[in-house]
Amino acid sequence: MAGSNENKWQGGILGWVDARFPLSSLWNDHLAKYYAPKNFNFWYFFGSLALLVLVIQIVSGIFLTMNYKPDADKAFAAVEYIMRDVDWGWLIRYIHSTGASAFFIVVYLHMFRGLIYGSHRKPRELIWIFGMLIYLCLMAEAFFGYLLPWGQMSYWGAQVIVNLFSAIPIIGDDLSLWIRGDYVIADATLNRFFAFHVIAVPLVLVGLVAAHILALHEVGSNNPDGVEIKKNKDENGIPVDGIPFHPYYTVKDIVGVVVFLMIFAYVVFFNPEMGGYFLEHPNFVPANPLQTPEHIAPVWYFTPFYAILRAVPSMAGSAFPGVAAMGLAVVILFFLPWLDRSPVKSIRYKGPIFKTALALFVVCFVMLGWLGTQPAEGLLTTFARIGTVYYFAFFLLMLIYTKMEKTKPVPERVTH
Amino acid sequence: MSEGVDQGKRRFLTAATAVVGTVGAGFTLVPFVKSMLPSAKAQAAGAPVEVDISKLEPGQKVNVEWRGKPVWVVWRTPEMLKSITDLDNTVLDPHSEAPQQPPYAKNEYRSIKDEILVMIGICTHLGCSPTYRPDVAPPDLGPDWEGGFFCPCHGSRYDLAGRVYKSMPAPKNMEVPPHRYVGKSVILVGEDEGAA
Repeated sequence: MAGSNENKWQGGILGWVDARFPLSSLWNDHLAKYYAPKNFNFWYFFGSLALLVLVIQIVSGIFLTMNYKPDADKAFAAVEYIMRDVDWGWLIRYIHSTGASAFFIVVYLHMFRGLIYGSHRKPRELIWIFGMLIYLCLMAEAFFGYLLPWGQMSYWGAQVIVNLFSAIPIIGDDLSLWIRGDYVIADATLNRFFAFHVIAVPLVLVGLVAAHILALHEVGSNNPDGVEIKKNKDENGIPVDGIPFHPYYTVKDIVGVVVFLMIFAYVVFFNPEMGGYFLEHPNFVPANPLQTPEHIAPVWYFTPFYAILRAVPSMAGSAFPGVAAMGLAVVILFFLPWLDRSPVKSIRYKGPIFKTALALFVVCFVMLGWLGTQPAEGLLTTFARIGTVYYFAFFLLMLIYTKMEKTKPVPERVTH
Repeated sequence: MSEGVDQGKRRFLTAATAVVGTVGAGFTLVPFVKSMLPSAKAQAAGAPVEVDISKLEPGQKVNVEWRGKPVWVVWRTPEMLKSITDLDNTVLDPHSEAPQQPPYAKNEYRSIKDEILVMIGICTHLGCSPTYRPDVAPPDLGPDWEGGFFCPCHGSRYDLAGRVYKSMPAPKNMEVPPHRYVGKSVILVGEDEGAA
């Protein structure tokens, strides 16, 4: 109703709808009159790209379910059927498998943007937490989905991850039995993972994405300067450093979409396996419960956490410490808004200690990611241990080094 | 309708409704949670299996499937048995104190007959199936390797009795399943009634 008067010029149908559904006001609140800071840079492409990949995954996924069978005796053959016999089935599957990796690339860059510009800081803590929940859902979604082709890596990867739960003291064994629905990864497991992958997790994911965006539009976007543009409004109550999301950023994001789709299409058409990183070679062999592949590694987006898992030795007859370290490595990210106590948000006005710590963190995260793809032996385990210690030190010591470090003055208005 | 609202009564009714509703929802959850436990069919599929080892040669390993898990039968040569004794100080639980075997396999070689090892080939870390590496001092495992089982997933090392080395990701020795000899060279895996 609020928007119905001002939109009379757009004709009768819109007015009729607006009297019954807040179409124009939704459009205005979230696009045409959502004022975003005018100094967004390269790093701000990845939020809208994540949304695009979500749509790609949902659409390609729906078409895959039309030919897939979640049955331990048929699943592997169903995927081969999609690849060989279904018209364009190979394309839809490669879009979906490439989309999984693309999702994590985009989301990691999106999270890194938050980290450098302090987008998680007050008043955006809830946006960050919703984002982390989205990240958790994505990990669950990727894990459940990876079992579905029922290849060797699907099977043994699931075996390892489900057994992580059995390392939890006391309830562990019953819990992992409950997750599997059988004494080993079996048909029951595949069937329920299909249910989680196709309906349960996506529903939660879409809800969380909506909450993430609603929370963002409530407080307004951060920017590379970490300046609150709402503090400086013109006589109409519009932030002087803000521009309407539509058309300015929708048009800008289309450029990002085009470049992204060019790279995406290149991978789908010319390099869908990405040298074994996007689709692992042992997964072209059907699941065999009696034989673990020579070398198993998760898909690249889990490898930093996997390296942390392997770096921690078992203690007191329990593998739980490693599992706990891996869990904490994810959980600690939730607390980021409260770990960073610097008076400024953006890296632009932070001092050399933060910049060095962050640069080392990036090196350490990439190193852990690489180590997670390698066999765990000798020197590599030592590196993984160093990386693990630094991973936690970066976050925990943030309480101290962000507080004590001298920062540069933050400008009143955004810069370019 | 003009009388004052009895706030106390309203609060009581709201709380009572919420509590009863929550309890009801809790009970409703039970069938859904329980539906995810192993079905009657999955529980029934645990019958014992027979392994004929008459064709097994010294140093050789055969795999059989029992309850969906790999069970290994290995014929260990005298040198291999000696390597087990040699590694007593290298392994975490040399005397098999942890209940990872039936009582009749709680001995030096973790077996009924010294040479014949029967073991569930699942790493006690996260459930991968280790690789049988009887070769001594191969380049990838280093000069100290005396033969044993190596888990490719997280690098846990076990000796030829399935005892895990110290400070490995795996916390325990691999499990010896209940088994017994039903003939000179036939082993029944999954059942041990009347055995030693």
